[in-house]
Amino acid sequence: MGQGRKPKMAVWKFASCDGCQLSLLDCEDELLKIADRVQIAHFLEASRAVVKGPYDLSLVEGSITTPSDAVRIQEVRRASKFLVTIGACATAGGIQALRNFQDVKEFISIVYARPEYIQTLNTSTPIADHVSVDFELQGCPIDKRQLVEVISAFLHGRKPNTLSHSVCVECKLRGNVCVMVAHGTPCLGPVTHAGCGAICPSYDRGCYGCFGPKETPNTSSLSRWWGRLGVGEQDLVRVFRGVNAFAEAFRKESEAHERQNDQDQ
Amino acid sequence: MNPWIPYPAEVIEKRREALRVHTLRLRIRDEAIRRAYRFRPGQFNMIYVFGTGEVPISIVSDPDESGFLDHTIRVVGKMTAALVGLKEGDTVGLRGPYGSWWPLEEARGMDVVIVTGGLGCAPVVSVINYVAHRRDRYGRLKIFHGVKTPKDLLYRARFRAWQKHPDTEVYLTVDHPDREWKYKVGVVTNLFRQVRIDARKSAVMMCGPEGMMKSAVRDLRAQGVPADRIYLSLERNMKCAIGFCGHCQYGPRFICKDGPVLRFDQIQEWFGKDEL
Amino acid sequence: MPILDRNSLDLLFDALKRRGFNLVGPTLHDGAIVYDALASTADLPVGWTDEQEGGRYRVKKRADEALFGYAVGPRSWKKFLFQPVQRLWQARREGEGFRIIPEEEKPPKWAFIGVRSCELHAIAIQDKVFISGPAPDSSYPTQRKDLFIIAVNCGQAGGTCFCVSMNTGPKATAGYDLVLTEVLEPARLAIGADRHYFVVEVGTDRGAEVLRDVPHTEATEQENAAAERVVEKTASQMGRTLDTTDIKNLLYRNFEHPRWDEVATRCLTCANCTMVCPTCFCSTVEDVTDLTGEHAERWRKWDSCFTMDFSYIHGGTVRSSVKSRYRQWMTHKLATWIDQFGTSGCVGCGRCITWCPVGIDITEEVRAIRETEK
Repeated sequence: MGQGRKPKMAVWKFASCDGCQLSLLDCEDELLKIADRVQIAHFLEASRAVVKGPYDLSLVEGSITTPSDAVRIQEVRRASKFLVTIGACATAGGIQALRNFQDVKEFISIVYARPEYIQTLNTSTPIADHVSVDFELQGCPIDKRQLVEVISAFLHGRKPNTLSHSVCVECKLRGNVCVMVAHGTPCLGPVTHAGCGAICPSYDRGCYGCFGPKETPNTSSLSRWWGRLGVGEQDLVRVFRGVNAFAEAFRKESEAHERQNDQDQ
Repeated sequence: MNPWIPYPAEVIEKRREALRVHTLRLRIRDEAIRRAYRFRPGQFNMIYVFGTGEVPISIVSDPDESGFLDHTIRVVGKMTAALVGLKEGDTVGLRGPYGSWWPLEEARGMDVVIVTGGLGCAPVVSVINYVAHRRDRYGRLKIFHGVKTPKDLLYRARFRAWQKHPDTEVYLTVDHPDREWKYKVGVVTNLFRQVRIDARKSAVMMCGPEGMMKSAVRDLRAQGVPADRIYLSLERNMKCAIGFCGHCQYGPRFICKDGPVLRFDQIQEWFGKDEL
Repeated sequence: MPILDRNSLDLLFDALKRRGFNLVGPTLHDGAIVYDALASTADLPVGWTDEQEGGRYRVKKRADEALFGYAVGPRSWKKFLFQPVQRLWQARREGEGFRIIPEEEKPPKWAFIGVRSCELHAIAIQDKVFISGPAPDSSYPTQRKDLFIIAVNCGQAGGTCFCVSMNTGPKATAGYDLVLTEVLEPARLAIGADRHYFVVEVGTDRGAEVLRDVPHTEATEQENAAAERVVEKTASQMGRTLDTTDIKNLLYRNFEHPRWDEVATRCLTCANCTMVCPTCFCSTVEDVTDLTGEHAERWRKWDSCFTMDFSYIHGGTVRSSVKSRYRQWMTHKLATWIDQFGTSGCVGCGRCITWCPVGIDITEEVRAIRETEK
């Protein structure tokens, strides 16, 4: 980025709930500091004023579900020097990727009175399936401290401290008692990407994997253990078919249990 | 003395060595620390760039030239890019020197055989310079350097200069030559079949990819070079450099404090093991 | 040996508090017995015990009012001496350069209550790492310095305990100021009321000095014998065993063994074993900045050899397979540690077994390798 010129930042929305963009607005104190360091050139959630590209940093929220979005993401990529995808929709396809396991045409005919008006793809796919992505920030929604860290790291040319190990590490650093071992509560923490700070186990709940798969997730081993805790095949399908259903590790695991469940029937 | 606190050092000179390779000359700002600072070739410093992070970098200057420290840095990521992006007058943080050193006392009177490969050979540059400046203490200096393709040969000018030094032989080889390549072809160990190494009076010091070092050690051992006269500089992740963080473990060794320079017979049973 | 009755234990706590110690010890929290601040013996898990097996931990009521009637829980003392997350220094940009602001280390004056023998060994092991090395750590020695330790000889073994195999318990032999053996004697017709008392052994002058403040009597031969029996019974109840014969060379020889592939199908690389281990000392260092870039900080956090980042060097992760990461952990713990620090890195506390979400058992893994070695 040029000397003295504030880097231009853009925020883009694709198929999503806006929750991740809201994390940026939710930064409050930091948001002012961000606005101080970067020119927020395109952020419709916050302002209708738009500054033309190219952009030094683009934050992309949402997944690709329509033919027009598949074209638009290419334009965003061309206009962006550094492209960061934020949230489960952008990094894994989101909850709307449940369509990838079903027949979308059938849905449309059931839901809409005039299905012929609906233009949609058969799948909901992550941004990285369409364009090259410089950094992915997982989470549903993303963690705002991590977002500030990514922006801060971008501004100062360093690697963001957003490690891809399990939630368990964060959980133990917090001093939590393991809900799975001590209470028998099924928890996805051991296969889930850190970043949330182990919120659910801190409130005595099992992790449900909203940050998506961690590095080298051993989902089949965890599933076997969940089986011993009394979780059946059908439930295991549902467990891995959350907001990160289409993330490869979770997708394969849910499909394995679906096959098993079909065999059991 | 808090071992975690870096002391400020000034970038007093920045020299371009090759594409994306620079040498930074640093001078510790505090005079008392600067005077007390002693290192030996093979050791490294942890260098901190404000706000970016810290990396281990081998010291390549001569230990008897006091007052400054040279570090040759190849850009491989954000951290090294930040280092190379510094300009003269900038301040870095410095902790060190850390680690073990090349056996330059033990090698007195012997031929010094340098084997390097791949893109990084900074740790052996210190040896070459050291021997070049103390020619009378050593026998012949034989430098073997292998790279994949000619464009990976980063220090062409340096090798050419070394070639002209007295009692110095430089052997360069590539796996995949181009039309202009006028040196040898093949892996670095092929050279050992063509160049005689006096097994009885050679000290071997090597640095490079572990695969290359593995075959080089095998060939040199086959030629009768004793295991305790082969030294290797190894690389592992380092976060603290003072033996606390555990990242740099190599079997029972910590590369930060037992290494980076290790004598082959001391690591024989671990060397070459996958994913160690 | 001196004995304290149940109620005098509070007086012992008071004597420590008067000397400015902050008491920490076992307390019931979130369905587990964890180490935390204690005000009095009422904060102890009175009348509670635990059941432990691979991947499973439950607390349950005992039939008596024992204060220390359980094995070790998920938190080790490590978190007090080697903090999980810790700022090492801050730096501020100044002119062309920057200035480092070191952290002020305030000695906290901990008194650890109820430290088990395996944990005394674990503390001694971490002392070697953080104090006895070429450069002592900036923080650990300060945290450790004034530490007062009241150890407890275990009155029962946990389902995953194997200190007897590791020669680290259940009876405390060194590293404490005072050690208690809790004796509960149910009422017998001949004697009358229930008895609940602690046989005390003094480890240091400091321990003796504190004990002088607390009313106690001298144990009878029978009382001493009762305390001995408590430890003997515990030693005979070990939930696990581990044959340590030539273990270093066993693992060195078996760097390649099919069992590593097998355990890799179960291991989650979640790092729980390393987090609960009282001796695991690995950490990572994070350099952070604020958005303005004027202020930077360096933090140290517990890290684990089970993460990909742990062995990352330019070009990739050295230990990318699950097998190599499990092998690194177990081989370090039981074998390379011996070369590094002259002692095993395992004290047989069983935490890694209990708190592994899928119950991987280090004693089983060693047994499997030993029995199938070619």
